[in-house]
Amino acid sequence: MSSGGGKSGVMAGQTVAPKVYRRFTPMQTLLHATVVTTFLGLALTGLPLRFSTSPLAKGFATTVGGFAAILFFHKMCAVILTLAFLAHVGQIFYRGVIRREKGIFWGPTSMVPQWKDLKDLFANFRWFMGLGSKPRFERYAYWEKFDYWAVFWGMVVIGISGYAMWFAPFFARFLPGWALNAALIIHGDEALLAVLFIFAIHFFNTHLRPGSFPMDMVVLTGRETEVEFEEKRAMEYSRLAGEGKLESRVDLPPSSSFVTVARIAGFVAVAIGLTLLALTLMAYFSG
Amino acid sequence: MTSPDSRFEEQKTVADLCGKQDYSNAGCKWNLGRSRTMLSSKPLNPAKEAIHRNCQSGEHGMVHRYRLLPVAVCTVLFLLVPGLLMGQQLDCLSCHGNPGMQDSAGHSISIAADAFHASVHGALGCTACHSDIKTFPHPAKIAEVQCGTCHTQEASGLAGSVHARQGAKACLQCHGNPHAIVKVTDRNSPVYPLNIPHTCGTCHGNAKFVKKHHLKNVYGEYEDSIHGAALTNEGLLVAANCSSCHGTHHILPHTNPKSPTYRKNIPDTCGKCHEGIEAKYLAGMHGKAMLAGSKKAPVCTDCHTAHRISEPAQTAFQERTIGTCGGCHREKYATYRDTFHAQVSALGYTEVAHCWDCHGAHEVLPASDPLSPVNRANLVKTCGKCHSGANVKFVSYEPHANAYDFHFNPALYSIRLFMDLLLWSVLGFFAIHTVLWFTRLQCARWKARTAKGDEHE
Repeated sequence: MSSGGGKSGVMAGQTVAPKVYRRFTPMQTLLHATVVTTFLGLALTGLPLRFSTSPLAKGFATTVGGFAAILFFHKMCAVILTLAFLAHVGQIFYRGVIRREKGIFWGPTSMVPQWKDLKDLFANFRWFMGLGSKPRFERYAYWEKFDYWAVFWGMVVIGISGYAMWFAPFFARFLPGWALNAALIIHGDEALLAVLFIFAIHFFNTHLRPGSFPMDMVVLTGRETEVEFEEKRAMEYSRLAGEGKLESRVDLPPSSSFVTVARIAGFVAVAIGLTLLALTLMAYFSG
Repeated sequence: MTSPDSRFEEQKTVADLCGKQDYSNAGCKWNLGRSRTMLSSKPLNPAKEAIHRNCQSGEHGMVHRYRLLPVAVCTVLFLLVPGLLMGQQLDCLSCHGNPGMQDSAGHSISIAADAFHASVHGALGCTACHSDIKTFPHPAKIAEVQCGTCHTQEASGLAGSVHARQGAKACLQCHGNPHAIVKVTDRNSPVYPLNIPHTCGTCHGNAKFVKKHHLKNVYGEYEDSIHGAALTNEGLLVAANCSSCHGTHHILPHTNPKSPTYRKNIPDTCGKCHEGIEAKYLAGMHGKAMLAGSKKAPVCTDCHTAHRISEPAQTAFQERTIGTCGGCHREKYATYRDTFHAQVSALGYTEVAHCWDCHGAHEVLPASDPLSPVNRANLVKTCGKCHSGANVKFVSYEPHANAYDFHFNPALYSIRLFMDLLLWSVLGFFAIHTVLWFTRLQCARWKARTAKGDEHE
């Protein structure tokens, strides 16, 4: 640690709690929690259909009350996720277009891919091979942006194809009949990609990799310690420090009971996700 | 006097010939006269013709008297000498009426007098059947009673049947105690419709027996079937029992073209009760192909099975039957499997399109036929059965799309290909990314640990 005196340590004989910085707003953590819950619900009720010939799928369907129950939960989760998606888009629109907030659509804090992201990607590969130093990331690293856009695109594609099947006769008024055939292929394949990507790649990148293992709590509490901040987003940390805005991001540490609840919820979600990943791979490779 | 069985058969024959159905008190349709039934395709013998004439005049009662004139005459002769007859029976029962009477080999030779008198043969003298016993003491060796002496038609039927090798014993296997045979309409008769499955099941439900004779143990399957349940649980005398399909005395193996269970005869056999369905079946492609001699064309039992026939609304039946259709229509089955319809049905949900929901179950017609529910002109109506609001564009949905065939639909093929490439390129790239990342982080940790170890040293 080169800078930052607030690092956990002993100062004048008394223990000082590590400084905590806010990364996500409560609204953003709530949206993430909603996406997690509904995504798990959608995967749990969608995968049995994708792999409907697997004995496990049939057992699950029978246990939860048949296909009607599965479809009901699937649609319910889909509607909630759609609302969360619209809330997020609305928020971006409000912040970026109405309030004209800087850094939403372009710049170091934007989710939009920047030239730096491509450089970071190559730098990171060089670092993986031991050919260079670790790149210093901004507010959102390139794989985080990929996660974001993968989910964004996924929700649009899966959502539209899903609603097309749900209201097939209505959509057939302006779509050719084969589009309904395509809808199932798109819905199923994109969902399979989402499931495999989230439960394998996103889980590893964000939660299970050494350094974050067993869980990165920042998305659950919205806050992280200074050590994490500086380690994971060195560029943003030094940029804020240079601009003198670091202090404005300091927040109170989350209460221990909140952390406990968040941790349990997080572990349950990861456990369900990894189980579904294992079952999906089993079903996929067994035919 | 006739045995209950011969009466049963005769009444069936009468009903066969006249299209009437009064041989049982349950108004059964089993023996509706049909143009293509096996029985009526045979030339009528003079006796049957006589029956037929009587039948036309509505004198069913007369039938038996004419048909069995010789027996009746014999009976009258016996009745003319009642003293002699009764005296003879009393004579026999004075010894054989003793319970527990045994022959030298230890076999019971006692007769339950009451049961015998109540039986259909009760009015006959003992020597009517045991004709070789004329003296007392009896001859050392007594001949086996030949039921066929009186029951000639049944005996000749039996002689050519699968049960022929059992000889005279075969009669008793089904009709039970020869001294207590009751009318077939008597609930206690082993050949009363409700009792037939159990009677046949004595052998055909016996694991050792069926194994020895290389047969299928079908008794349990029948009992669990819709026919078995209707008969056993509901007491429906109209429900098919063993003899409804296999016949009674002249039971032939299903490989015999004359057997009602021979493949080509099955639609007629089932059609004896399922009248309307047979007509539909024969009007469809399957029925026409079957009549044209196709061995591939399915008959009733291919979809419904022979013995474990279930209620068509049952999920298990519907799931199995998709596979049955798919057994021949392989490509259509594979492309159906790719659809939402199939996914839902595989989960055990029946309210979704199965093969027969669109193509029809019994009257399967080619899509080119204007009457076919999958004819282009009828699709809106057919799809609309489930999809309210279905329109012409909606029904251009392809329920057997092949996204792996470029020529089938290039756009669909391209979309499928794009999705596959997207899936594997994204996962492939990030799999490499993840493995490299993990390796790098682990290496860094090991290095740090080693460095720490060095420091401590």
